[in-house]
Amino acid sequence: MSLPLPVADSPILGRLSLAALPLHEPILVVTFIGVAIGGIAVLGLITWYRWWGILWRDWITSVDHKKIGIMYMVLGIIMLLRGFSDALMMRAQQAVAFGSNQGYLPPEHYDQIFTAHGVIMIFFVAMPLVTGLMNYIVPLQIGARDVAFPFLNNFSFWMTTSGAVLTMISLFVGVYARTGWLAYPPLSGLEFSPDVGVDYYIWGLQIAGVGTLLSGINLIATIVKLRAPGMTMMKMPVFTWTALCTNVLIVAVFPVLTATLVLLSLDRYLDFHFFTNNLGGNPMMYVNLIWIWGHPEVYILILPLFGVYSEVVPTFTGKRLFGYSSMVYATVVITILSYLVWLHHFFTMGSGASVNSFFGITTMIISIPTGAKIFNWLFTMYRGRIRFELPMMWTIAFMLTFVIGGMTGVMLAVPPADFVLHNSLFLIAHFHNVIIGGVLFGLFAAINYWWPKATGFRLETKWGKRSFWLWVSGFWCAFAPLYVLGLMGVTRRLRHFDDMSLQVYFVIAAFGALLIAGGILCFLIQIGVSVLHRDELRDTTGDPWGGRALEWSTSSPPPEYNFAFTPVIHDHDAWWDMKTRGSERPTEGFRAIHMPSNTGAGFILAGISLVLGFAMVWHIWWLAALSFAGLIVTAIAHTFNYRRDHHIPVDEVVRTEAARTAQLAAQG
Amino acid sequence: MSTQAIGSTTGTAIPDFYVREEEHHADGGSTMLGFWLYLMSDCFIFAVLFATYAVLGNSYAGGPGPRELFELPLIALNTAMLLLSSITYGFAMLTMAQGRQAATQGWLAITGLFGLGFLGIELYEFTHLIAAGAGPWTSGFLSAFFTLVGTHGLHVTFGIIWLVTLMIQVAQKGLIPANRRRLMCLSMFWHFLDVVWIGVFTFVYLMGVL
Repeated sequence: MSLPLPVADSPILGRLSLAALPLHEPILVVTFIGVAIGGIAVLGLITWYRWWGILWRDWITSVDHKKIGIMYMVLGIIMLLRGFSDALMMRAQQAVAFGSNQGYLPPEHYDQIFTAHGVIMIFFVAMPLVTGLMNYIVPLQIGARDVAFPFLNNFSFWMTTSGAVLTMISLFVGVYARTGWLAYPPLSGLEFSPDVGVDYYIWGLQIAGVGTLLSGINLIATIVKLRAPGMTMMKMPVFTWTALCTNVLIVAVFPVLTATLVLLSLDRYLDFHFFTNNLGGNPMMYVNLIWIWGHPEVYILILPLFGVYSEVVPTFTGKRLFGYSSMVYATVVITILSYLVWLHHFFTMGSGASVNSFFGITTMIISIPTGAKIFNWLFTMYRGRIRFELPMMWTIAFMLTFVIGGMTGVMLAVPPADFVLHNSLFLIAHFHNVIIGGVLFGLFAAINYWWPKATGFRLETKWGKRSFWLWVSGFWCAFAPLYVLGLMGVTRRLRHFDDMSLQVYFVIAAFGALLIAGGILCFLIQIGVSVLHRDELRDTTGDPWGGRALEWSTSSPPPEYNFAFTPVIHDHDAWWDMKTRGSERPTEGFRAIHMPSNTGAGFILAGISLVLGFAMVWHIWWLAALSFAGLIVTAIAHTFNYRRDHHIPVDEVVRTEAARTAQLAAQG
Repeated sequence: MSTQAIGSTTGTAIPDFYVREEEHHADGGSTMLGFWLYLMSDCFIFAVLFATYAVLGNSYAGGPGPRELFELPLIALNTAMLLLSSITYGFAMLTMAQGRQAATQGWLAITGLFGLGFLGIELYEFTHLIAAGAGPWTSGFLSAFFTLVGTHGLHVTFGIIWLVTLMIQVAQKGLIPANRRRLMCLSMFWHFLDVVWIGVFTFVYLMGVL
């Protein structure tokens, strides 16, 4: 008996042929032309301004956690545009496809869109934005000069990007999965999804997953090992605490995703029988495994934003955070509980009353520490002198929105109710309510809050407020109708409806999506306007909001080495403590600073991984073997480089710090 | 030394807020912790594979089961190979601590040979099973078996590649701190694989046959 390898169409190109190009899909052709023109314009501009050298030396090969953080944020925002385009298309389809009108999207296209929307929004929007934020802020908050493994950090970023690029390639070469964002078998098995869609899904996530896992390890080691003297665990800023818990979750669950997708790949590539309907396979095994990753994943996304709110509320209230230790314990309890609730995603599996009760109860218990957090923020605000700057506005919108989402979550946690609401639009409304209302609102709070730290100028508020109001009203307009529809029994992922009485709800939801589109547009304009008016918005203090944590003690943007002298911490509001107790900034006695050196190895390794993923998707075996060998050889070659660090000479430190002294003196 | 005031001075005793004399962080001080974290994440991969084996281990789909397939004497030999390789790696670390480079290299080479022996026996077992019509595509049980044992074998393969790389680097640079750290990481990796194998041996082979 020989290995039953799938027969390749061609030894050179595998399954790849001209038929893979979607020339018959006008929407995709127009998109491609748009992307191509935009891409050529960007490349042209870079060449025109001779930015290639700067781009390579200062960004692509950079191991500076601040630059990597910014690159993550850029990736997340670019992918947001793609993921949101998918959302608009779905809303438009569902608003018109009633009765005799079939809408404008054929089923095979519509199914790809809802799959891509989910995958992109979670893996390539929310994850990069959250990771980018942690990357930028955590080392600054703990008084470190970089992360524990700077090269690994660069490599992680490029692996995430490679995964995103591979997923984007599926738009123009071949198809994407039509399975929904978790690719349940047997639908995602070879029998029902024989084309490249699920393979794009698998390899895109596998490549990005390596990056996520390594960045998780990196940030844990950073937080555990590189804290400034005096910063005990219970003196860490709450954002750093939430980042620690999130990264513990990443290290604990991303391997589960990797292993699960490997098993699915073995089913698809080598005819194994893990999740098939025949020969002893068990599809529900996949559903269990993927949710053992998937439920902690939503806490991986939300916890750092809880940290953001815990930074924003005290700053704009001018008060110490209420209940610091209860906030920390609540975070830890959520981290642990998030591992014990996965089965609530499929109460309908039929595992029996006892099992369902257990998971229903653990799920409901999570609302207790989460509620404690909400009360802590409210008590911090109580009798505070609240300044309604943009970060605070987003935080209040979060509290109002997220509480509703949390309550509908508790409703879904009741197994009998879930049997009615399972896979309905009520569920869709619920998780958008917590992800948009929790994660996305938090990200906007964070971007508005820390933008001046990263760039040296504030974001202007007029367009920011427009974006805020459009987002918040758009969110409710888009998802309130979905709650109603879900209670009426409308299920998710439908492309066409017969019951005309439902149409009005979908039209309202589509209008809400348009409002959100306006919100995204205003956000982009806000950035553009702020860049143009950066001189008026300049922040020379390094502390534009009257901040409390350590990142505000250094200049905006911080120097490459973050802190000329490592700070000593006496309180969890370290910078506030320094300000109120009259700490004095050293202006001489500087030393050369030991820093990691830039390297192109991460970019090259990730590029080869991208080729490997593409070759595996299209069954181009020779290319897969070649790129795999290339990956190993390059990785080994990189380990022969022992010179990975350098010293910033003392006169450069003196120059940088003298400029800072003059800047601070100028404002009196 | 001169300083610049940051806030209004209110208190009397101002504690020191900056480290004036920079203490030198040992290079790679976080590497061991980072590598432990990686090993724990790898542990989760094996946990998934063990759990899958636990669920699918009885899904023979009319095909052969462990009693007909596993040959314990062969597996005992294999286990001995891997356990001995862990001991020899331990000797490599001891000689490294004494700074005896040649002895370290020698023990590393012996470790690698035991690893190769282990892999050879495993490959023999796999080809034997496939030839007997018990390939991984036969049943859920065999899919789970080949994946769990094969994943362990892949780890050993990478361990050997890594071992050879480190031997070259030790030959080039000697037992410098960076190389000692790397040998230490591989040591943890190697012992980790041993622990996983004890799980495989117990849960897959022994409990499958007994």
